[in-house]
Amino acid sequence: MTDVKQEEITKVIVISSDKVLPVDAAMRIYESEFSVTVKETCFGLIVTGPAEEVLAVTEEIRKLDKNHIFVKDRGFPAGDERRCRAVRGGGPRPGFHFLREEVQMLPAIGVALDELEAKEPVRESPTKKDKLKVSELERIIEAELAR
Amino acid sequence: MSVLAKVFIYPVNSLILADLVERFGHKPLAVMNQVREKVTNISLDSPPVNITPEDPKVGLRYAAVEVPPGVRGRMALIGPLIEDAEAAIIVSDPPTDFGCVGCNRTNELMKYLVRSKDIPILELRYPESEESAQEFVYKIAAFLDAMSGEVEK
Repeated sequence: MTDVKQEEITKVIVISSDKVLPVDAAMRIYESEFSVTVKETCFGLIVTGPAEEVLAVTEEIRKLDKNHIFVKDRGFPAGDERRCRAVRGGGPRPGFHFLREEVQMLPAIGVALDELEAKEPVRESPTKKDKLKVSELERIIEAELAR
Repeated sequence: MSVLAKVFIYPVNSLILADLVERFGHKPLAVMNQVREKVTNISLDSPPVNITPEDPKVGLRYAAVEVPPGVRGRMALIGPLIEDAEAAIIVSDPPTDFGCVGCNRTNELMKYLVRSKDIPILELRYPESEESAQEFVYKIAAFLDAMSGEVEK
């Protein structure tokens, strides 16, 4: 009798958090009992495995910093030879360029999700460019140093 | 939130849109799932051999035979998603539009088909600053919340 293999899916987890690093998320998965394949990348993780387990893993990881961890599906499994750079002789894999562009926008999206959660009103976008006030510059420097 | 609407997203492989739609309790219709079916099915090989005789026929439902085959090939994947869509989010001026989603003719046809369907559509500009990102997220959240209400009815 042939075994009925459960449907396997792959998720890309992109981490744009000040508190969680890709390695922390990977460690969380290694510590768990999920039988999934995890690949660490510069932007986060790629997780492949049975659909149920991958969904549970992504929920678990998302909880680490829910507004700053982003998830999307991926067609090819982790390490698939048709996409893996090690086999294809280097260079960015197809699909990386758009992901890289979107990753640059993720901190702002994360802040917006935080504000949405706190029910803050929509900020008015400045209509004209003014000179930066000294007090505002001081506030920005202090905020950056406090990070 | 248990009510799910199938939401078509453009760009079809967007991380931000797929995540936001899922986060607010709906199902994103993204091209990645279609690709998965093509590349993990054991009866198919690797590109460009992963096309079956059925695929061009599916593509022909959306684009005529004189249209470049790349458009029909892409529509064979994306067309069924548009048919399933119960709502759509279209983002204009995404930063990069090349590779598998880089065919402008397919993108135009896709947007035309979505707009000619009688479904709720949210059209936005790709955010470029923190303020516009906030507006972007708030508008998507409001749209998807409204969708939940509509599906419940």
